[in-house]
Amino acid sequence: MALTILLSCVAILLATSALAVAGARKSATTFCVYSVALAVSVAALSIACWMLLTNPGSAATMQLPIGLPWLGAHFRLDVLAALFLVVINLGSLTASLYGLGYGRHEPTPGRVLPFFPAFLAGMNLVVLADDAFTFLLTWEFMSLTSWALVMAHHRDRDNAKAGHIYLVMASFGTLSLLLAFGLLAGPDGGYGFDAIRSATSSPGVSATVLALALIGAGSKAGLVPLHVWLPLAHPAAPSHVSALMSGVMTKVAVYAFVRIVFDLLGHPLWWWGAVVVTLGGISAVLGVLYALMEHDLKRLLAYHTVENIGIIFIGLGLALAFQGNDMPLAAALALTAALFHVFNHSVFKSLLFFGAGAVLTATGERDMEHLGGLIHRMPLTAIAFLAGSTAISALPPFNGFVSEWLTFQAILLSPKLPQWPLKFLVPAIGAMLALSAALAAGCFVKAFGATFLGRPRTSASQRAQETDAFSLTAMFILVLLCLIAGILPGYFIDALAPVTQQLLGAQLPAQEQLRWLTIVPIAESRSSYNGLLLFVLIATAGWLGAYVIHRWASHAVRRSAAWDCGFPDASPLTQYSAGSFAQPIRRVFGTLAFHAREQVYMPAPGDTQPARFHVSMRDLVWDSLYAPVERIVGFAADHFNKVQSWTIRAYLSLVFSSVVVLLAVLALWN
Amino acid sequence: MELIVDALVQLVQLLLVLSIAPLLTGYVRKLKAHLQRRRGPPVLQPYRDLLKLIRKEAVLADNASWVFRTAPYAIFATTLIAAALVPTFATGLVFSPAADLIAIVALLGSARFALALAGLDVGTSFGGIGSSREMMIASLAEPAMLMIVFTVSLLAGSTQLSSVAAYVQGPELGLRVSLGMSLVALIIVAIAENARIPVDNPATHLELTMIHEAMILEYSGRHLAVIEAAASLKLLLYFSLIACMFAPWGLATAGQGFADFAIGVGSYIVKLAVGGFLLAVFETGTAKMRVFRVSDFLGAALMLGLLATLLLFVSQRG
Repeated sequence: MALTILLSCVAILLATSALAVAGARKSATTFCVYSVALAVSVAALSIACWMLLTNPGSAATMQLPIGLPWLGAHFRLDVLAALFLVVINLGSLTASLYGLGYGRHEPTPGRVLPFFPAFLAGMNLVVLADDAFTFLLTWEFMSLTSWALVMAHHRDRDNAKAGHIYLVMASFGTLSLLLAFGLLAGPDGGYGFDAIRSATSSPGVSATVLALALIGAGSKAGLVPLHVWLPLAHPAAPSHVSALMSGVMTKVAVYAFVRIVFDLLGHPLWWWGAVVVTLGGISAVLGVLYALMEHDLKRLLAYHTVENIGIIFIGLGLALAFQGNDMPLAAALALTAALFHVFNHSVFKSLLFFGAGAVLTATGERDMEHLGGLIHRMPLTAIAFLAGSTAISALPPFNGFVSEWLTFQAILLSPKLPQWPLKFLVPAIGAMLALSAALAAGCFVKAFGATFLGRPRTSASQRAQETDAFSLTAMFILVLLCLIAGILPGYFIDALAPVTQQLLGAQLPAQEQLRWLTIVPIAESRSSYNGLLLFVLIATAGWLGAYVIHRWASHAVRRSAAWDCGFPDASPLTQYSAGSFAQPIRRVFGTLAFHAREQVYMPAPGDTQPARFHVSMRDLVWDSLYAPVERIVGFAADHFNKVQSWTIRAYLSLVFSSVVVLLAVLALWN
Repeated sequence: MELIVDALVQLVQLLLVLSIAPLLTGYVRKLKAHLQRRRGPPVLQPYRDLLKLIRKEAVLADNASWVFRTAPYAIFATTLIAAALVPTFATGLVFSPAADLIAIVALLGSARFALALAGLDVGTSFGGIGSSREMMIASLAEPAMLMIVFTVSLLAGSTQLSSVAAYVQGPELGLRVSLGMSLVALIIVAIAENARIPVDNPATHLELTMIHEAMILEYSGRHLAVIEAAASLKLLLYFSLIACMFAPWGLATAGQGFADFAIGVGSYIVKLAVGGFLLAVFETGTAKMRVFRVSDFLGAALMLGLLATLLLFVSQRG
């Protein structure tokens, strides 16, 4: 029943998409498309929540006679799928609501509206798919619709390049997944997930599947070094689509990884965890370092997605390591942390992209060096963006902290692991996680400070207007969720219990009954956290302090010019910019990570030329991994180009000789 | 009934840290003055400063937003709660399960986030210098802090400060090199976090070197008072943290009698006095370092923390 409703939701979305093509030129289409998407998301979200919270124990399955004739299309709704459906539909709900306001500013609605519902449908279908063929088909559908949305403003040269790189990386990722499923299905070709689950594969095959899943899902999720497309493509799309791609589609990739490795592949080996944890740690640190060097607000947010995906994969890797050593409770803790972070990241990343979209609409600027002082012009957007910044920086009492805290608790269990490489690796990963959290806080001080605080740097940011009510509602729903998940995490952890039970056969102890809603992952003598209590205590202490001082001491205020140590400068260009804010961190970390070099050209005394300051940075991942491939492809293309101008005789002889060679190979093979 | 008593003890701890934090700051200042052969302001001077400041009007820059006005209270409240959750004279207090060591460090992170934003709010170059350097130092101090947490929790099997204190007091400790290393690392982190010499100098407004003072340059009146109070609370918090983790002697446990609590308070004051003396001696004997040498200083803390963890693994096997 639940599955039928969900599939009907998908069908409605696809129909809307078809109708939007027909009505693309009508102005009412924008409103209709987003309203339908909103209604459908609400329905799908309620079904998914109901499924996750009541946990009926058995999964609903359904087979439709479409797709391959001998296979059909299998769909299945279990708690894992339900969890990711919650994430997807929460994202689409808020994005549709936001789109109701934001979509009105869209210059080319015909390039966005038909693809938006189709993209939502694609993401829902991936999670529901229960055979390899349907999975790959819907996965590719999701990739292509999102690509179309990235190309919505294709006349911009950067966007065209972003779309090109995205298309190449997406095809490459799907190819890896195709091979992974091929290996999983074995020579008999049992493409249903049931058949795959019951089959056992040799360690070599399992390891290959793991590697392929890491490449396939990791490239969509944005794991370093497969992240290069993400900071180009995500910001290129309209902002609510950026929010969906960064906040939700990367989670579908996480789902693919969890489904393949935790569900289909069977019992993990300990070193799988080591590989995944290492990739996660590198992504977390590099992602945030890239973000710190970035001055484009939306691209900065996209790089933070790389960081947060890293944190999620640290959790997943730890779960694999613990499960490989038959420590199900520790594995359940690590997986809970990862899945909770999946939810949290989808919430605050959507929120932040909505905020960036509001800034973009109000000022036409994405470059933080041209913004500033927006807190006076857009006070509500500023509050929402501040809440999102606090959450993503893993600061209590917001939600980002809770999932990172749980990840730390899982890391602290690593000494119990028997393998020495893991014992040495995991503490280092813990330090990397702490580093990325601290750098993220620095990065969001920079992002919020340069955009919303200080004095306006351009006339565009001086004249900005607060965004519309739909967008604000969408943002404040997410702010509320960030706060609720931060101060009442026990309920969310309990909701994740059936998922870990299904995947690992273990779950964390129930948190709901504990005194004052404290969360205790293992034992109270070991560690506990109570966001509600902290929130109440801090709010009371702050309010009481302010009240006492205002009541009995002084509440007089005088406005005056800034003091600035006696040297105030009237030009807003003298205030700290995003680039200058990041300079100390660039000097400490960037010298190694980006080969950052600073050159100062100081003219001789008496010379009237201006002094110049130049920073050069290299993207080492691109230079060492992608640039060689690019060169090889370019070289090969140059040389095969000659084939194009061959005569028909030459072509015929080529075809003939290929047939002969193939036949010869076949003959030798048999 | 029991709950009320527990809550009262917790409240006493909160009021204790709130009331003696400025005293500690004044005491360290006085000692430093003596070591430099000056007479120095009286020990109670910080209280007078705070009283004077909260009665003055606050001067706000023209374009200061609500962030600038609310940040001091947020910083103060967060630091106060964090300081009240670190065991001072007794462990196992009623609110202590609310936050373990990681959460306490993160609370300080929240306070720092608010302060750094406030530094950027007015849009001056000094505020920016302070915020940007503060976040750079934090990015180095937090991983080091986590390695310390890792070492301690590896030994005590807990990140809960009460359990750590109980373990260190217990019989199974013995002599631990790792614990010594993490103590040194923690002291380095504490110095950096509290803007003390050699990382920052709380007594200067020399523009090229200041960090903390640069961020709060635009503050005046009651806002400045609240931030100063939070800064002394943070110093006290790190003293309590070091005392609780590495010198938990004399700590009472919740539920014990009045005499035990009195011993706890007495020993806490003695620990603060000794710690404050050591800090004053250290600060007097050290020179402020260049900002970009701080990364080496904190890198040493990180390496010590990492070594401490690895040493534990090696020694556990043997």
